Order: sequence, then structure tokens, then C-alpha cells
Amino acid sequence: MADLLQIELVAADRVVWSGQASQVIARTVEGDLGVLSGHAPLLSLLVPGVVEIKPPDGEVVRAAVAEGFLSVADNHVSILSEDAFLASEVDASATRAELEAAQSEGDQDAVMRAEAKLRLIDKAS
Amino acid sequence: MAASVRELRAKIRSTQATKKITRAMELIAASRIIKAQQKAAAAAPYARELTRAVSAVATFSNVDHPLTTEKENPTKAAILVIASDRGLAGAYSSSVLKEAERLVEKLRGEGKDVDLYLSGRKAEAYYNFRSRPFVESWTGFSDKPEYSHARTIGNTLVRTFNLDETDEEAIDPERAVDELHVVFTRFKSMLVQEPDVIRLLPLEVVEGTEAPTEHEVLPLYEFEPSAHEVLDALLPKYIHSRIYYCLLQASASELASRQKAMKSATDNAEDLIQKYTRTANQARQAGITQEISEIVGGANALADANAGSE
Repeated sequence: MADLLQIELVAADRVVWSGQASQVIARTVEGDLGVLSGHAPLLSLLVPGVVEIKPPDGEVVRAAVAEGFLSVADNHVSILSEDAFLASEVDASATRAELEAAQSEGDQDAVMRAEAKLRLIDKAS
Repeated sequence: MAASVRELRAKIRSTQATKKITRAMELIAASRIIKAQQKAAAAAPYARELTRAVSAVATFSNVDHPLTTEKENPTKAAILVIASDRGLAGAYSSSVLKEAERLVEKLRGEGKDVDLYLSGRKAEAYYNFRSRPFVESWTGFSDKPEYSHARTIGNTLVRTFNLDETDEEAIDPERAVDELHVVFTRFKSMLVQEPDVIRLLPLEVVEGTEAPTEHEVLPLYEFEPSAHEVLDALLPKYIHSRIYYCLLQASASELASRQKAMKSATDNAEDLIQKYTRTANQARQAGITQEISEIVGGANALADANAGSE
């Protein structure tokens, strides 16, 4: 078995998730990107969306991220985003309310964040 | 007799009440410093990774970015002053403001115009009272800043620096600046907090406290979509993170100086109570002595009068 990836999913004010995984899937500006062990060093920009982290055993960890970036080097993957939430931390009805509030205020950033969270909820359920 | 016993007792009671309040404020500040420090520690991984990424891009690509380029003849500077929302924190706000004034003088001396951006009601009040103009101010979060506050401030400031003509939200061209400084209070320890100035823009990538060591060779990154676009996205985030760092330092410093100020207020109240209690005891004793001598004197006078009449 190849080496595992060391993952750090970091939001601006806390570490959201860290640990080992065999695969990470994230959506970058160039399209969906899967990272396996031994990936070449890479710095890429993320679009708001869902990041999937597959640990060697157990459940897939899903998280919603806002704009951010992903860096890979030496089997070490850092996913940075100003806002990031694990699937277990978001609540569907609260997020819909947030989305509506953001749409009525015309706050584009907030709309995108809320949509990313909703996509996460859809995937997780 | 300087003051009656009753007046002194009233003074003691009111000082005791004040002491209870200052003591409570001291304890609250002390417990919130710990929270502020935890927040700073929680923000460290993000700042570290971001610094790493920015230095990686800066090292492996020779792209010139407007945010990192020095203007040849800077004529306009912006200063972000981070002070507190509330007082009762000793000299905290006034020392930041003094430092800011010094910087303004220095920049004016170099022939630069200065635009002020303020954070904290105390800073706002200072400039309002002196009827001196400032461009924008943010208040209400000095003791518990969130990342979103740093983002709001950062977006405004980056826009003043990086006037993009295609930007539809482009601000008044008069607000455009050539450099940006931040005045805040650095939290050195629970006992020492010092006002400090950093120049945020044009950007010099400074290594964080946990920067990669010199021996560590940064890997040869591939950039997607391109080094320039990655840098474009990273730099504003880097600035937000620096501002967040300054806000967190300032909030820890504010709480520490509030705790210090309230501790000395409590100590002073204790001293006052002791002094008043002694004076009150003395006054009571003097009153008793006077009564006794009056009684003795009266009794003697009566005895003398009786002896004379017999």
C-alpha cells in the first residue's frame, strides 16, 4: 500500500479537519481534481464547492469550502479556505434561510457560500 | 474634626461598591484574554500555510503584481489605526493614537498625504472630537474580532491601493493610495504590550513565526491556472490574514491592559477604604474622649458649686 496523504483542511480561524487519507477530491477553477499519494507539487485555486476526503478506512469526510486554494507537496495536502464546514456541521433549513437572506440582500459572496453548503447537504444525504 | 463619622462611613461604602465593580471587570478581562489567545493560536495554521504558499509563488515565478510593486514617487499613504471600542483600559487607546500621530507626522514630513482608516470607537471619538477627517471607520468588535471583520477592512483597503479601472465598485480616485500602514498594539506578554507599525502594502512577504526553516527547500510547484492568477487570488487573502492577525493582537492587548488598569483600580480602592476606616475610627475615638471629658468637667463643676454653697 502506498503512503497515505497527510491532509489539513484549514479555515481562517480554525483547523476544520486534519488526518490521513488515501484520496482527496476537490473542485478547482480548472475542474474537479483528484489527488492520490505521490502527486506532483501543485498550487491550485478552489471554487466554492465540496471537498471529499477519503480516509483509508471508514466514512468519506465531506466539507463545504468557500473560495480558497489547495496545495500539494510531498504527500502533504493543505486545503485553505476563509470559510469551511464539515457536512456534520451544517443544517439544511438554516442554510436555505441563509441563502434566501443573502439573495434578498444581493450579497454575491454569501449566496455562493450558501449554495456550496447546500450542494454539500445534497451530496451527504 | 475634618469629617463626621457618618460621612466617612458613606465614603467607605461607596468605595467598596466601586471596588466590587473594578474587581469584576478585572476578572472578566482576565478570562477573555485566554479566549483571545486561543483564537490567535487557532488562526496560526491558516496564516502559516498562506505564508508558505505566497512565498512559494513569489520564489518560483517572477511575476510582478501591483500589490507588491513599489511606486516610484509615493505621494499618498493610508493608515489603519486599530484602537479599542471602550475605555477603562489604561493608556491602551491613547498610546496607539499617539503612535499613529507620530506616523502621520513622519509621512507628512516625507511629503505624503495621509488618509486615515479607523477601527474602534475610541479612535473614531478622538478624531471626531478634534474635527479631523478620516475616510472610514469600523466599530463594535475590538475585543472579539472575527475573520469577517478583517475581510471587510481588507477589501476596502486593497481596493484603495489596487485601483482597477474595470472594477465596477471602484472607489473615488482621490482615495487611491500608494502605500498602507497599520498601527496596532502588539501583545508581547501579559505585562507588556507595545504599539507597533507595520507597512502592509506594497507587500513584503514576511515569514510568520513558524515559517519554514532555511534548510527546507520549497518544492517546485505547478500552478493552476497560472502563477499570476494564483498570486492574484492569494495576495488579497494574505492581506486579510495579516489584518486579522493585527486585530487579534490588538484585542489581546486591549484585554490585558484593561485587566492591568482594573487591578490597580481595585488596589487603590482597597487603600482608600483602609485610609477612610482609620480616619473614621479616629473620629469616633475623639468623639468618645470629648464626651468623657465633658461629663467629667460637668461633674467637677457641679461638685465645686455644691461645695461652695455649703
